[in-house]
Order: sequence, then C-alpha cells, then structure tokens
Amino acid sequence: MTRTLKELFIKNILLLFALVSVIILGLIVLFLFLEGLPVFEVVSVADFLFGLEWYPTYDPPDYGIWPLIVGSLVVTFFAALLAIPLGVLSAVYIAELAPGPVKEIFKPLVELLAGLPSVVLGFFGMAVVAPLLQNTFNLPTGLNIVNASLILAFMAVPTIASITEDALYSVPAEFKEASYALGATKAETIVNVVMPAALSGIATAVMLGMARAIGETMVVLMVAGGAAAVPESIFDPVRPMPASIAAEMGEAPVGSIHYHALFATGIVLFFMTLAFNLAADYISERFRETGSGTL
Amino acid sequence: MKESNHIITTENVNFYYGDFKALQDITMGFEKNRVTALIGPSGCGKSTLLRLLNRMNDLIDGTRVEGKVLFEGADIYDPRVDPVDIRRRIGMVFQKPNPFPKSIFKNVAYGPRVNGVCRKRDLDALVEKSLLQASLWNEVKDILDRSAMTLSGGQQQRLCIARALAMKPDVLLMDEPTSALDPVSTAKIEELIEELKKDYTIIIVTHNMQQAARVSDCTGFFYLGRVIEYNRTDLLFTTPEKKQTEDYITGRFG
Ligand SMILES: Nc1ncnc2c1ncn2[C@@H]1O[C@H](COP(=O)(O)OP(=O)(O)O)[C@@H](O)[C@H]1O
Ligand SMILES: [Mg+2]
Repeated sequence: MTRTLKELFIKNILLLFALVSVIILGLIVLFLFLEGLPVFEVVSVADFLFGLEWYPTYDPPDYGIWPLIVGSLVVTFFAALLAIPLGVLSAVYIAELAPGPVKEIFKPLVELLAGLPSVVLGFFGMAVVAPLLQNTFNLPTGLNIVNASLILAFMAVPTIASITEDALYSVPAEFKEASYALGATKAETIVNVVMPAALSGIATAVMLGMARAIGETMVVLMVAGGAAAVPESIFDPVRPMPASIAAEMGEAPVGSIHYHALFATGIVLFFMTLAFNLAADYISERFRETGSGTL
Repeated sequence: MKESNHIITTENVNFYYGDFKALQDITMGFEKNRVTALIGPSGCGKSTLLRLLNRMNDLIDGTRVEGKVLFEGADIYDPRVDPVDIRRRIGMVFQKPNPFPKSIFKNVAYGPRVNGVCRKRDLDALVEKSLLQASLWNEVKDILDRSAMTLSGGQQQRLCIARALAMKPDVLLMDEPTSALDPVSTAKIEELIEELKKDYTIIIVTHNMQQAARVSDCTGFFYLGRVIEYNRTDLLFTTPEKKQTEDYITGRFG
C-alpha cells in the first residue's frame, strides 16, 4: 500500500469510529423523544412540567412532575453549595500549598474517592447519615434533602477536585514567577493569577461535577426519601427525577402513559444536563484568561 | 569604586541546589545607579546569582544559601526579613516575556494593587508613568484594555519592564531580557536601559557580549559558579586580566 493510501485509510477508519459514536448517541436521543413525546397527547406540556401532583398509578392518574424537578434542583443546589467550595479549595490546597509528602497521600486518596461506586455511598447514606440526622434533629426520617445533598456532594467533590487540580497545574510557572517577583504573597498569587488563569478549567470541573450530581440515580434513589411532593424544609424527603425513573420503570407497562411520562421526564433531565454543559462552555469562554508570552 | 556606592554586596556566598553547589564564594558589590552586566557560558550560575539577589530562589525546594547578601547594608537572608518585602524593592524582568493573560492596564497595575494602591486616579497615573518610562505608552495608550497577549514579543517585554517599574523598585534585575527578541526590539530595550540607569540600579545577565559592552558600566565574568573577573566594562573587554576571560570574550570557548 502506498503511503497516501495508508493515510487515507487510517483517516477514514477514524472517521468511521467517530461517526459510530455520534450516530449511536443520536439514536438514543431520538428514541428518548419518540418514547417520551406521546405523553403530551394526554397532558399538556405546562401541566406535565408544572403540575403539582405525580400520581401515575392512581385512577384518574396525575402526571405533574414539578415536585420531581424541584427535588432534583434542590438536592443539586445544596450539593453544589457544599461540593464547589470543598472541591475547588481542596484542589488549590493539593496543587499549590501541600508539602510534597502530604500531596503524595491526598492526591491518590481523592482519586480513590472518585472511584467509589455510588451504591456504596448510598449505602453509607442509609446506614450512617440517615440515623444520625434522624436522632440529632428528631426527624420522622433521615432520608431527606440534607442526606441526599451530602452524599451527592461527596460524590461530586472528587470530580471537581481532580479536574480543578489539572487546571491549576496547567497554569504556566512563568505567571507565578512574575507575580512573586512583583512582591505578591502566595495567597495573592493564587487568587489573582493562578485561579483566574485556571478559571475556564475550574468552571468545567464544577459543571461536570454538577452534571454528575443531577444525573446521579442510585444515591437519590437510596437516600432522598422518595416523596413526590414539593418540599417545605430541607429535612423533607424528595423524589428527584432519576430516582422516579429508576423506581417506576420496572412497573410501568411498556407503551402505557406512565411509561411515556417516565421517558418525558428523561427528556427534561436531558435538557437540564444540556443546560449545565452549555453554561460550562459559556463561562469558560467568557472568562478565558489563557495564553502565554510570545517569543 | 567607593565602597559606599554599593547598593548590594555579596560576601562569600555559596549557593546549593540540593547537593549541587551552583555558586562558589561569590564576593562582589553592585554599584548604585549603574548597569552591571553578568556574562559567562550557559550553566555558569548567572541566573542563579540574579535570583539570589531578590530571593526568587526561595521558591525552589531544596535550595540553600551560605554567606551574606547585603542590600543597603542589611542581610536579606536574615530570618526576620520577609522575602516579599525584598521583591517589592528589587524588581525582576525575565528571559521570556511573561505578561499575565490580563489587560495591559491590569498587568502594570498588578504590583501596586497587591501592595495596597487602590485609588483609580493613583493607579491611572502610575500606569501611565510606568509605560512612559518603558517607552511603551505611545504604542498602547489607546488599547490599555486589550489583552497583553496581543502585543508583539518586544512590546510584551517592555510591558514587563513597565510592570516592574510600577513597583518603584530601587534595583532592576534583568535575566537575558533580549535573548528572545528581534534586533529592533533589542535595540529599543538597550536604549531603555540607558535611560533607566539614571534612576535605577540595573543588574543584567546577558549572553551577548556586544550588549554587555554597549550597556554596562561594570561587568562580571563567571565560569563554573565562580566570579573569574569583575571590573569596569571598558577595562574587562580591552585588557582582561585572566586568560579565561580573554578566551571567552574573544569567542574561543563558550
Ligand atoms: N532549579 C534547579 N535545580 C537544580 N539545578 C539547577 C536549577 N537551576 C539551575 N541549576 C543548575 O545550576 C547551574 C547554574 O544554572 P543557571 O544559574 O541557570 O546558569 P546560567 O543562567 O548561567 O546559564 C547549572 O548547572 C544548572 O544546571
Ligand atoms: Mg540563565
């Protein structure tokens, strides 16, 4: 085979592989829409999204997923509140401040955490966090928003920390040197030079961590409590969308309205994660402070 | 050279990277408001010495200093001295232009800002003055908000000089500031050094012997971590006392 022919061959093989994954992804989305959209023959989009009652198996049934949307947003919000500062700050510590030996211990530990199966974390939430919450705050159940947010945060921290860490390492040393040479302290250098230069990477880290939290199923299924009602306090149980889909899909007869409603819930979830990713892209473009001196 | 004219002096300084002794028994004085050039083959310790003078070597793990480095008579390696204070008074320009990926204005204002200047009017004045001093003002006065990364290499290096000057340092350390630049930009920076020495003490590392001869008043020749010869530039280049110096400046090794 001549060299150009070989090149052409390799290029097309790679194109083929790239196409296969794009096509499969496209088919999944198509399938999601084909199975989800029929529910809107029965309920209007507005009633589906903003309806307060989710009783898919009652007679007559109610298909309002507002409590599920709120459940997802609320646990993700509180998880973010915990996980973003924890993840970003621990990455700053590991990348910029920790002395050699401490770093050698922390770095693999964080990576190990990232590899913990979510069912293990969910189990921890049920067996340890739930009784603790229940006894401390004297609650009817320890399976609630606080518990789910804690466990989700715990899941998101390693994702956020390790991607943030990589972003921090990729900041050229020459920026730091320039800052120190101008009489900046270590803290000033981190805040004014290192973090801004790594901001787009940090934004990506945060969004990926949050996307992981909002789509996470096992944890919320196990520890969120499962109540399909709009919560009134952070100690109320909720039923985030993934939990609802996972719990009910087995019982919903294929082709039933309930079945279509669950797929439509999947569509909503899909748009929410899409929004997270678009936001991440926008933020990382908007605050880009990269580049390096030219020679 | 009168002793009292020395703004920085080193006394029997040894410097180690771990076990490796990079500088050996360096004793020299740097005259105030003069340009001192450090020359010598690659790896002889010029940058190490320069970074020793504003404690930039502190940032490298496992380094160790022996002997004394006096700045205006006080030892900068005294445990009570904060290296941050030293770096505020002894500025540095690096070999490769390293502006921050921020606007031109923010680059120059960075040092004053971290040192507590925050009134917009003061910063504006300081930025303009520093850019004027670095003869960059006319080229950038209308694009202060643009990223420093859009400037040419020579402009970036002058921006880095302006950024260092905005701290109003007493001493400016320059580590091969023109080695990455074209001849026109190099000539501009050399002119600038001529201009700046009225107000600042400049210590410049250079690979380029013509440059040392053109811009400096005193020159030190280094070899394998030692000062071989240190003298007035005209004397060092016309009548070197040591054989090694002569070999180096005539290009017989290096
Ligand atoms: N960070 C470092 N760690 C260990 N050795 C170093 C380091 N920086 C420089 N050296 C060594 O110290 C010696 C002097 O280096 P340097 O001061 O950079 O030389 P010059 O600037 O004259 O080319 C060289 O042998 C170099 O390999
Ligand atoms: Mg050097």
